[in-house]
Amino acid sequence: MDFNRIKEKLNILADAAKYDVSCSSSGSNRKNTNKGLGNASNGICHSYSEDGRCISLLKILLTNHCIYDCAYCVTRKSNDIKRAAFKIQEVVDLTINFYRRNYIEGLFLSSGIFKDPDYTMERLIAVAKKLRLEENFNGYIHLKSIPGASDELMYEAGLYADRLSVNIEIPTVSGLKLLAPDKKHEDFAKPMLKVKNEIIRFKEERKLLKSTPKYAPAGQSTQMIVGATGESDKDVMYSATHFYKNFHMKRVYYSGYVPVSNDSRLPSIGTQVPMLRENRLYQTDWLLRFYGFSVQELLNAEYPNLDMDVDPKLSWALRNLQHFPVDVNKAEMSVLARIPGVGMTSVHKIMKARKFRKLDWDHLKKMGVALNRAKYFILCDSRHWERRDLDPQRIKGLILSTSYGKYRPQYSNQLSLFN
Amino acid sequence: MTTTKTFIYDGSFNGFLTAVFAGFEQKLPFADIQKERLAQNGLFSETETIFTNIELAKRVWNGIKNRSNIAIKNIYFSFLSGERNMEPLLYQYIRKIMGSKYVASDFSDACILKISQTAQKVHREKHRMEAFVRFQLTKDGIYFANIEPDFDVLPLISKHFKERYADQPWIIYDLKRNYGLYYDLHGVEIITMDLSNGFGNSIQKSAAMTNEEYDYQDLWNNYFKSTNIKSRINKKLHTQHIPKRYWKYLSEKKEAV
Ligand code: SF4
Repeated sequence: MDFNRIKEKLNILADAAKYDVSCSSSGSNRKNTNKGLGNASNGICHSYSEDGRCISLLKILLTNHCIYDCAYCVTRKSNDIKRAAFKIQEVVDLTINFYRRNYIEGLFLSSGIFKDPDYTMERLIAVAKKLRLEENFNGYIHLKSIPGASDELMYEAGLYADRLSVNIEIPTVSGLKLLAPDKKHEDFAKPMLKVKNEIIRFKEERKLLKSTPKYAPAGQSTQMIVGATGESDKDVMYSATHFYKNFHMKRVYYSGYVPVSNDSRLPSIGTQVPMLRENRLYQTDWLLRFYGFSVQELLNAEYPNLDMDVDPKLSWALRNLQHFPVDVNKAEMSVLARIPGVGMTSVHKIMKARKFRKLDWDHLKKMGVALNRAKYFILCDSRHWERRDLDPQRIKGLILSTSYGKYRPQYSNQLSLFN
Repeated sequence: MTTTKTFIYDGSFNGFLTAVFAGFEQKLPFADIQKERLAQNGLFSETETIFTNIELAKRVWNGIKNRSNIAIKNIYFSFLSGERNMEPLLYQYIRKIMGSKYVASDFSDACILKISQTAQKVHREKHRMEAFVRFQLTKDGIYFANIEPDFDVLPLISKHFKERYADQPWIIYDLKRNYGLYYDLHGVEIITMDLSNGFGNSIQKSAAMTNEEYDYQDLWNNYFKSTNIKSRINKKLHTQHIPKRYWKYLSEKKEAV
């Protein structure tokens, strides 16, 4: 192996792949069979880059040659950058050697489109196939499906990959038209639909025939870039909800746009990445998936954008004070889950602990409830009800004056512009 | 003032459980259980030396297990924390568990909460070790890793690595406690080694490793840099995820050590 050459390729092709934010390596259940190498079950982050994101997979492009010219993408045809391409065997060797040293949980392989979608997709599949069949590799493999790839290839990809994803990239159809004129909206939907149907078919057949080969056991995911086309948070989250519902997505990722080109259609280079907004979208996503909120409660015609100064659950609570205070010693689980400052872990702890005695402030605090927020919304076995007759504005003010969220400094900087 | 009894045991988990058995047999509401080498007798307490008895230990183990699986895990993990005076607290905990049925989840009880939080801490480090072990390939064809965890987590990670790396021989060695696990393609055994001359970390190279080993470390280090997005840098979050005490074993962090 020519390490210098590989190093150069790796630098180029990891650099080009890094804007894909999906990193999860969980949700699969691949066992180590026949004393082979690896398993894929618990989704470990093996390192964290200096931007604070988890590194669990070797995330690279097979090539950064591309026939398309999507404005938001570093790999776009018109961008004057160094190009490179891995040989299939090189990707296999890198994956195996990194895996054996416990650097990674597996491979995330994506690619620019060279020649045409099918030709590219075939090569991605060839890597996965080699890893599974020749190397007896049971680690995690995530393949990025190439928009426009044929149904047959999508079927084959799912036999070797744990997860498949097609990135929708731009949350609105009009935005996509503007920034990726070569791509058609259907090109994304078609492979997603194929994967969804194959997963359903696999589950059905599996019931009858245990030996049915696994099909994309970790499901499929997609990602959307936010902040590139002026879409609202409502646009983003309604679109996400659509994907969760209609394509059975396991995850939708939100990626704050990192300016990579000087293009008049896009925020200019040097514009700050909207990280706080991205964070709020993830919080909203969590509320939808685990806390029983519906998207309309959090975002609607009246509130098309998320609050930047408080988290979405608190923001919802402040707009819906009629549901509070909640008695933590009596309320149902789904009601507890809606109290600001009370996470799901605390909900479970409260449910268990209150069987033994009535809980007061002290108990709640020790269990990890963020009382600085929660106390305005709950009754417990302590005498005072903190909210008294405060109005939403007052409560918000009191909470903000005592919170030190990680984005607070950043936010106050923005605020000071208006002082 | 009440006198308590001090049990001195050999430091093994079975020894500890044997001491618990003795305490229960003597119907002690409190028992100060201490490791042999650390034992410091209270002025007014009586001492008794415990000889590890697997049968008695098993009886205690099964007794707790019949009560609660969560408690069993909490007890073992907290024990491995090696924190000072953990044993008397565990004794108290076990008494509570044996006393009533659902008590393991009574987080409003200070002792229960403390044990479950300690177990949580150990669990976190177990998880971190599964992530941050970095194997280096020796010339003998063994994948070798040094670690220095805060808690004694080797017994907890053995299964994970055995299942994952079934087709390569490996050693994970705890430098702090001076013992390691060796997997020889068949089973895992406990070993001790003299590591005075070599088997380095990310900064010290060792002649025991293959040449390619350093090429791969180099590639990994490069990958780590290329995958970083500069305009999103967040060093605070970074060190929160990878505490500095682990850095010297991570080839991706070697420049920072
Ligand atoms: S097709 Fe993919 S790789 Fe090519 S320019 Fe568009 S987004 Fe980038």
